[in-house]
Amino acid sequence: MNNNKTLNEIKSNRNEEKIVECDVALNANIDDKYKRKSVPNIPNISENSLLRHYTNLSRKNYALSTTMYPLGSCTMKHNPLVNEKIAKFDGFSSVHPYQDEETMQGSLEVMYELQKGLSEISGMDYFTFQPAAGAHGEYTGLLIIAKYFKSRNEKRTKIIVPDSAHGTNPASAALAGFEIISVKSDEHGIVSPENLKQVLNSDVAAMMMTVPNTLGVFEKNIKEITKLMHDNGSLMYYDGANLNAVMGILRPADIGFDVMHINLHKTFSTPHGGGGPGSGPVGVKAFLKEFLPSPFVVKEEGTFKFHFNDKEKSIGQMKAFYGNFPVILKACAYIKALGADGLTEASKQAVVNANYILSKLKDKVKIPAGNCCMHEFAMSLKGALGDGIRTLDVAKRLLDNGYYAPTIYFPLIVEEAMMIEPTETESKQTLDEFVETLINIFEESKTNPEAVHNAPVNTSVKRLNEVEAARHPILHW
Amino acid sequence: MNYIPISSKDKKEMFESIGVKDTEELLSLQIPEVLRAKKLNLPGSMSEQQLLSLFKGYAQKNKSDLVCFRGAGVYDHFVPSIVDEIVGRSEFWTAYTPYQAEASQGTLQAIFEYQSIICQLTGLDCSNASMYDGATAVAEAVILAIRTTRKNKVIVSKALNPEYISVMETYIKNLNTEIIKVDIDDKTGSISKDTLNNIIDENVAAVVIQNPNFFGNIEDMQALSEITKSKKALFISVVNLVSLGLLATPAEYGADIAVGEGQVFGNQMYMGGSTFGFMAVTKALEWKMPGRIVGQTVDKDGKRGFVLTLQSREQHIRREKATSNICTNAALNSFAACVYAAYLGAAGIKELAEANISKARYAFDEIKNIKGFTPLFKDGVFFNEFVFKTDKDIKKINEELLKENILGPLSLSQICSLNGGYDNCLMFSVTEKRTKQEIDKLAEILSRV
Amino acid sequence: MNVPNNLFYAKTHEWARKEGNKVYVGITDHAQHEITDIVHVELPEVGKEFSKEQPCAVVESVKSAFDIYCPVSGKVVEVNEELLSAPELINQSPYEKGYFFVLEVANEEDFKSLLNDEDYKKIIEG
Repeated sequence: MNNNKTLNEIKSNRNEEKIVECDVALNANIDDKYKRKSVPNIPNISENSLLRHYTNLSRKNYALSTTMYPLGSCTMKHNPLVNEKIAKFDGFSSVHPYQDEETMQGSLEVMYELQKGLSEISGMDYFTFQPAAGAHGEYTGLLIIAKYFKSRNEKRTKIIVPDSAHGTNPASAALAGFEIISVKSDEHGIVSPENLKQVLNSDVAAMMMTVPNTLGVFEKNIKEITKLMHDNGSLMYYDGANLNAVMGILRPADIGFDVMHINLHKTFSTPHGGGGPGSGPVGVKAFLKEFLPSPFVVKEEGTFKFHFNDKEKSIGQMKAFYGNFPVILKACAYIKALGADGLTEASKQAVVNANYILSKLKDKVKIPAGNCCMHEFAMSLKGALGDGIRTLDVAKRLLDNGYYAPTIYFPLIVEEAMMIEPTETESKQTLDEFVETLINIFEESKTNPEAVHNAPVNTSVKRLNEVEAARHPILHW
Repeated sequence: MNYIPISSKDKKEMFESIGVKDTEELLSLQIPEVLRAKKLNLPGSMSEQQLLSLFKGYAQKNKSDLVCFRGAGVYDHFVPSIVDEIVGRSEFWTAYTPYQAEASQGTLQAIFEYQSIICQLTGLDCSNASMYDGATAVAEAVILAIRTTRKNKVIVSKALNPEYISVMETYIKNLNTEIIKVDIDDKTGSISKDTLNNIIDENVAAVVIQNPNFFGNIEDMQALSEITKSKKALFISVVNLVSLGLLATPAEYGADIAVGEGQVFGNQMYMGGSTFGFMAVTKALEWKMPGRIVGQTVDKDGKRGFVLTLQSREQHIRREKATSNICTNAALNSFAACVYAAYLGAAGIKELAEANISKARYAFDEIKNIKGFTPLFKDGVFFNEFVFKTDKDIKKINEELLKENILGPLSLSQICSLNGGYDNCLMFSVTEKRTKQEIDKLAEILSRV
Repeated sequence: MNVPNNLFYAKTHEWARKEGNKVYVGITDHAQHEITDIVHVELPEVGKEFSKEQPCAVVESVKSAFDIYCPVSGKVVEVNEELLSAPELINQSPYEKGYFFVLEVANEEDFKSLLNDEDYKKIIEG
């Protein structure tokens, strides 16, 4: 059987039986001017054919459920199955957003419980769940910062972003109307107070930082940095992409951050779904509460209620309704399952696993972080490979060996970067085998560079022509 | 449960390799003691069984599985079994964004098929992989229009979903843009050509019209689009995918951008939180579109394959100059929509639209005959939602309905962002999922309250 | 690397070719080689005025995007629309078919600060 068709290449094979039942008389006539003229080209195929089509398609994916996914900065940890089961309960899935509060107390309680959990883990006082992803959270947080300064009649137009930051940081700051100042990392890959002082002035609204940073290095000057910023009247924004390194170890609010977002689809184990849905709740310290988007959940006399901020003060609404509820639900279940010790242990083991891999690779490649890291590390493959072989080739060769590839060419400040984040949910055997495979590929790049350069050959397709795809786009059938 | 598959023996060996005696030593090498947190003040761990019972308890505190006559942006449509089966395959839901194309052909082809279905339904040339929801899709479409036309006024219909208006206002607050809201006609509940003609000028970047609009009425999109084009503004149409089985496509009436909420296709309601936004544009706007896009290409042996493409628009390359900051979107929700549309096929999508309008018309006729209910728009042409004015006690109506496990119509005065003017107005939504028996029951209760 | 001797060059790797009071603008062979396969360009609007060294166009490869700076001040009178459907022309023919746009020069003096082929060669040979 040819399993390489696209949906439109399967011929219509249903009979004349209706697929949508209608038990009232058909009454669908409308004026011609409102009517659709064309028939969409979507075949009418049987459930059987469709099931085969998508089941076969699923087999062309590497996924967490089939292999290790050591993607730096993405925290691809195991997605507990019980959470999926809970999210399917009818009691949650069939609730309409405009039901009265008293008829959705269960869902409100879940949101309230998650707020409590995240507040304890981060130290922040209040959370909004409206942001649907990390970048959406950043945007929300930056709008809060903008509104805060507006309320104080302070004109601050700039946001400082380290050069090691995720691309979403500057993109979000630009969308929120700020100008971006990039601050250079020092030779250890971190922000130095000296470099910061050079760009700091009264125009600066805030600085966005990822701690530990995208190199997997803890920003050891953080206390000094937050003091410098606060003395300047500026705020500190914590990008929670790497929160998996620090649960129960340190709290962003305690070390001087004022606003943060959390990626529930990273640290709190909700599945990534091939690119979402995510959830990027934003937490703030109490002095910023009135700027949060409405509504958020509060508890009054044993009842859960939506609280609406004053319209003039709040930044406004970021998304329709209350947030990506199934994601919120799964994150809440995760926190409940692990409890205080489990959460701390998860972060600690994530750090140990990353350091274990680092210890096995540090003699083979350059690692800007040095001899130890937090939950991930970036390394430069420059000089570690055979002639003409690049990091991209190594990534593709890993696919041939059954692994998803780590993040590559990021952070931008590391040449020929490869960034590994194993997470705490991989076994030692998996880690050992992964390291062995990687070292073998380094060797192979010297002894048999062609094999590495031609990789992948064991995947459903070989290396794809991205240039043609962009020059002459074919975006639909 | 903590899902950590590492024994103490494993740990010991790992510490030896790292060269530390324990985790504390490893952490102390990096984090100054003064920054360390106190022990978390949260309860202890739970077993799977305890967890299930706790969350079953939460679920039971909701009133759920109601016979739903409420819509206003989130709708109770039937979701066929195949959607859960396919979307529930872990090869899809545990995958990451398909950055490594060769190892992600499943997700990539699925997105390509989703984009194709959106293009087929809207008639437009280019769809992205998804936005967060309908509201943010509208906001991003407006930003696209402002940037493309370099003009600074936007006209939106007052019959655009108030949640969308509200999110759009947040999004464009920093762009120095004026938003002008157009009134609807009292009789038809839709925008009249003349009203638009009177307020539009050459400084308008975009006109945003929802069809069917928030109140359920069908707009004369052809006429509104022509007026928009005559002033060189972009026409943004906000559409309901279900209605496209019957109603003219955005391309047919000359829309530049089509956006909307995708929950109606294959996604459950989840308190409004299991959604995605779709966005499709004309060829001319292809490189201006926000979000991820998948394209078809070939591998080095000439075999067909799929990749993320037009990436230089995006934040991971363009940083502050990107078309949007969007990264993670709502891939799995849009995939559910793809499987749903594929299951129905073109024929089923038409049947779906016809069933919606037929049942809504049946319900409308039943309610119209009840004393105390008058249609708010006497000349309105609606799709699957309509508004009645009533002299009865709205609170009582919905209480009585709830006793019979029916989620009654939405009281429009409850939607604060509509800013009043809709007292005593009830908006009913009737999808294909409602049976004749359920509609009759609704009418029966309405007549006796 | 091809560096024709009838052109003016900017340090940021644009070239300018004078034809009367008009000037053709593009990117150098060296630049197209460094950028690798070009997949898209954003061209300025006809009628728009730029001052010297102002960003005026964007050129994109699969994994990166680069600003193009106007080598001399002037008003755009024509853009090379062929590039929109065939951006590969910039790789294939950077000095002829791959030109970006034509300017009406505002200030002849601007040419004085541009480089000749010899000086530009020194820059790219580092």
